Amino acid sequence: MLQYVVDGLVTGSTVALGAVGVTLTLSILRFANFTHGELLTWGAYIALTLVGLMGAGAGAHIGPLSFGWPLLLALAVAMVLTGGLAVLLDWALFGRLRGKGGMMTLAIASFGAALALRNLVVFLWGPKPDYFSRDIQIALPILPRSVLGGMRVTPDQIFVLAVAVATVIGLHLFLTRSFLGKAMRGTAENAALARITGIDVRAVVRWAWMIGGGLAALAGVLSGITVQVRPLMGFDLLLPLFAAAILGGIGSLYGAVLGGLIVGLAESLSVPLIGAEYRQAVAFLVLILILLARPTGLFGERGA
Amino acid sequence: MLEAKGLVAGYERGLPIVKGASIRLGDREIVTILGPNGAGKSTLIKAIAGLVPISDGTVSLFGQRIDGVPAQLMVRRGLAFVPQTENVFARLTVQENLDLAAGAVPRARRAERIAAQYALFPDLARARREAAGRLSGGQRQMVAVARALIPDPKVVMLDEPSAGLSPKLVGVVFEMLRRVRDLGVAVLLVEQNARAALAISDRAYVLVDGRERLERPAAGLMDAPEVRALYLGHGAAAGVA
Repeated sequence: MLQYVVDGLVTGSTVALGAVGVTLTLSILRFANFTHGELLTWGAYIALTLVGLMGAGAGAHIGPLSFGWPLLLALAVAMVLTGGLAVLLDWALFGRLRGKGGMMTLAIASFGAALALRNLVVFLWGPKPDYFSRDIQIALPILPRSVLGGMRVTPDQIFVLAVAVATVIGLHLFLTRSFLGKAMRGTAENAALARITGIDVRAVVRWAWMIGGGLAALAGVLSGITVQVRPLMGFDLLLPLFAAAILGGIGSLYGAVLGGLIVGLAESLSVPLIGAEYRQAVAFLVLILILLARPTGLFGERGA
Repeated sequence: MLEAKGLVAGYERGLPIVKGASIRLGDREIVTILGPNGAGKSTLIKAIAGLVPISDGTVSLFGQRIDGVPAQLMVRRGLAFVPQTENVFARLTVQENLDLAAGAVPRARRAERIAAQYALFPDLARARREAAGRLSGGQRQMVAVARALIPDPKVVMLDEPSAGLSPKLVGVVFEMLRRVRDLGVAVLLVEQNARAALAISDRAYVLVDGRERLERPAAGLMDAPEVRALYLGHGAAAGVA
């Protein structure tokens, strides 16, 4: 049982990081950006390509982790490039539709763009799954089998959890301490007031894309490390991402993180209870139940 | 110092709400724009603030044209605007609201400008860590005015600052505006609460159907027969409080 909790938290932290980006675009730009899943995929593939270019073979591992410094460097570059891809998408597509069409136009446009990006991944990198490392990691026993079925964690899973926690703390500090962070929260709440306060809303929007894209790449790489890299990885995570963002309350960073963890845990815990076939459905059942009790999500505010 | 000439403005092209209005605001003056509902009062000051497209006419501040200047650059030109509703960032703390406004001020002066607002509104200093949305209506109005004053503007425009406030708070808000003027800031008001606004104003305009019909010193304006006629003629006598 405990094992499923750990697995759920690992999946959940990936979902949480992706959901933060979804909630940023939903609250600042007010549209459901379906390309977010593809940004995850692109981030993972960009990192994979960079690691390949650096020729990071075996022997360069950091401690017990399955990867070495080249991956971390590739991750950093992939975050910047994926953020750039998101800014480019906004410049080429969404920015031109904003103000002209309604929310629905933007959502459908993002749906189309997602389709194009997904197929471009298959075209560029092929349909087969790939791995950051083909090493087999030995899971470390944390608790013996006698305690609720025991618990084993791989070093990579610990890394994923640690990175997710550090990122959330970093984001919290960014949003509450930095001027840009406060400007983002202000713009998300009331863009017209932000403008008359003298905030350059267009710059804020660019940074929201940059940060959302960067976090998507991070989520993609973390998912790639613990599972695998494949063209549909982001698409399969898209619904959980939106479930997490809605669950937490649109626009709430903390809500998105908590929503991500709940979705991850719900999926994982459903496996021993009702079987793996229904794991994706369970997340939505939880979503429906929480929204029935709190229609604005866990951290959502009325009238927001 | 602030002058709008023959201003035509509206949300949609070909459907002007402001139809050739001209107003001016002098140094350290408080001027109120009155008028029946739907006269275009709010649209007029929103157009001056750069929030509603202007299709004809000019707006100048200190003799420099500011029509066409994007809304986010107006504060740097010395023009601040306080909207009627949603005029604070409700989810941000009082301090964060002021921090955001201080973004328009050179870094070296930010702390000093924020401190100046806390000195002017001691209530806000006590509530600095509270979310602005949790404050009372009067305190929220203080945050909105403090936010507008941070960049040290020469002109502050307010859209219905007394809307939704209790009679006691209306007095507090207008007293606050008098203090703002004493700081050397000219104030342009749009108000339904005509008597309270005129009590602190130097001059007033009556706007009807998108144009100013009357310009008078504030004192005694409400008793002028023409004013009553302008209001009554448009079936909005209730607007004259």
